[in-house]
Amino acid sequence: MTIALQIVATGALVGVAASLVGTFLLLRGRSLASDAIGHAIVLGIVLVWLATGATSGPLQLLGAATAGVATVWIADALGRTRRVADDAAIGLTFPALFALGVLLLNVYARDVHIDAHTVLLGEIGFVWLDTVPILGVAVPDALVGLTVVTLVNLAFVTTFFKELEVGTFDPALATAFGFAPGALGGALLALTSVTAVASFDAVGVVLFVAFTIVPAATGYLLVDRLSRILVLAAAVAVASSVLGYLAATAADVSIGGGMAAATGVFFALALAFGPRYGLLAQRIRRRSERDANENRALAVHLYQHAGTPDAGEENVVGALRDHLRWSEGKARDVVARSLDAGWIDRDGERLALTDRGRAAAREILHPGAARRAAPAGS
Amino acid sequence: MDLAALAGDYTVRTVVAGATLLGVTSGVLGTFAVLRRQSLLGDALAHAALPGIALGFLIAGQRALPALLAGALASAVAAALLVALLVRRTRLKGDAAIGLALSLFFAVGVILLSYVQGRAGAGQAGLETFLFGQAAAILRSDLWVMAVLAAVALASVSALWKEFELVTFDPTYAAALGLPVAVLDVALTALVAVAVVLGLQLVGVVLMSAMLVAPAVAARQWTDRLARVALLAAAIGAASGVVGATVSAGARGLATGPLIVLALSAFTALSLAFAPRRGLVPAALRRRSQREGRRDRDVLQALDTLRRRHDDPTYAAERGMLDATVGHPTGRTLRTLERRGLVERVRHRPEEGRHWRLLDAGEAALSALERGPDAPEDRP
Repeated sequence: MTIALQIVATGALVGVAASLVGTFLLLRGRSLASDAIGHAIVLGIVLVWLATGATSGPLQLLGAATAGVATVWIADALGRTRRVADDAAIGLTFPALFALGVLLLNVYARDVHIDAHTVLLGEIGFVWLDTVPILGVAVPDALVGLTVVTLVNLAFVTTFFKELEVGTFDPALATAFGFAPGALGGALLALTSVTAVASFDAVGVVLFVAFTIVPAATGYLLVDRLSRILVLAAAVAVASSVLGYLAATAADVSIGGGMAAATGVFFALALAFGPRYGLLAQRIRRRSERDANENRALAVHLYQHAGTPDAGEENVVGALRDHLRWSEGKARDVVARSLDAGWIDRDGERLALTDRGRAAAREILHPGAARRAAPAGS
Repeated sequence: MDLAALAGDYTVRTVVAGATLLGVTSGVLGTFAVLRRQSLLGDALAHAALPGIALGFLIAGQRALPALLAGALASAVAAALLVALLVRRTRLKGDAAIGLALSLFFAVGVILLSYVQGRAGAGQAGLETFLFGQAAAILRSDLWVMAVLAAVALASVSALWKEFELVTFDPTYAAALGLPVAVLDVALTALVAVAVVLGLQLVGVVLMSAMLVAPAVAARQWTDRLARVALLAAAIGAASGVVGATVSAGARGLATGPLIVLALSAFTALSLAFAPRRGLVPAALRRRSQREGRRDRDVLQALDTLRRRHDDPTYAAERGMLDATVGHPTGRTLRTLERRGLVERVRHRPEEGRHWRLLDAGEAALSALERGPDAPEDRP
């Protein structure tokens, strides 16, 4: 296994494991739980180390993950007292626990394997330093842990897919079905904590948040089906690890930062060019709606003045500027579009509705009248 | 080092002064952020300041605080705009938008930091101190920069106080009055960014959010008036700053930022627990005394009812009879009522249990309890 492959695989597994839980956190409006959990596990790691001397292994995983869940639990409990808004409760809880963790690190920094900067940034570039032999191949510790966590997350999501889906989109229905959405939500937070602990050495606290939220948000801006969001999020996570690694090594900058920022590149693409929810698609949709409205306005204007004494004055291009207060250019565009649509005929300056344009205007002014007149429909 | 020596120490004085400036500013602006339900926006702004710091360094070519802070302010405001764009124009919710801006800006900051450190001679830039803050590195000249920032922020708040108050509590009404709500929104967010920037050197980007949220939440427990909340938050922020800075100077090796945040958390926890009206402990005590008041009234009422039913003013009711009438065991309540001289126990016949009789004082107490309406259940 080359070093590059080890690093990219670690990043990809962090991304897949995090986005599996992150998608549900996102859809449940609990994205920032990952932020709180990511910070709080630092205290958990230090406390477990102080109590048992373990710096890694299942005990560390369990202890630190408990700290993560406890943070969310404390924040929720604070919110329930109704003395503090929910967001403020999160903002109170995790900085306090994180500050305590950092201070303890401060005091015992010489003895424990993590220092404050690693906590924030991780050291994905060095995952190949600590390895265990598996079938004769030296595999990084982090990779082993992350593989296990990814498989656990995958098993959880596939086993309880229906329950999670209903619990996410319709908690009341889930309760009615007896799905225990509270227990599932708790399990989700526990898995988020475990994932955070497993990812911690590689990417640190804040970049873990990026892997949890950004790929899921990217999927959410592209598709609607939950299963597709999950698949897309995982794909974005894997692609980000590859892209981030290549770009970061080429520019000789932080690899973890590069991978996290790469998720942002994919998000930006989805935000700009997403087929339904992208900004460009929104703009085009708004524009075509506006165009259609202007065509209708012209049709109604012509319809109302057709055959009246002032038709000669109103149903000319110039009147659009003076009476509808359209600019020269806009009037020209609307006329051109209406001609293309076959709604009007043009004779020099004079404009007249075609049959189709008349029908459209009538439908706007007297909705349903055409259908009532000709019940057979045409 | 004793306190007097500490107070005379040049570095300590500088740090304490900086912490006070920060505490006051973040206390006041945090009040608006918390009341506007934007507690976690501060977290995003603080993390988002990181790339700006690195860019400021790269543009200025040296560790010049004004350049770093200008960069930080610019990138924090850019992050706030990104959050606003995502919330307004996509189907992402506020929490996702905040987490997204926070982590992506931070990632770019990490990249730029590693880039800066990779350049020759830039290893001394010491930009990593902005992650957790490094109070001891604050110079007297830095203090002037901080003072100017704080003065600008606080002067803006006091000049626009009425407008900010309206936008915070009733944006619809503010709009109806013709106030430029969107502009005021942006202005408040930008001022929060100023407070964030002010704290970067002292507490760093990670813990800065606590400087905004905690003083405001603590102060909110003691009073309902906005001006008082803001002033108290400023005082709590400043006090925590002083405590943190002093402890850190006395115990070498303990970072100032986390200590300030822990001091703040302690203030907040005490306020949540013991503030007279909203505090959890006083509320629990109030609920308990109300419950006991209801029990007293129920037992006295039962005694009175039984006495009337038997048409005997000195009627002594049996304990089991009282339990059945009230609906739950009455022993403890009876004993406290006895101590207060409202009822007395009567030995009826040897083979029967204790009996209880209502005294004159008890009758008076009952009518007093019945006159006073049931105190309403405690509400936050």
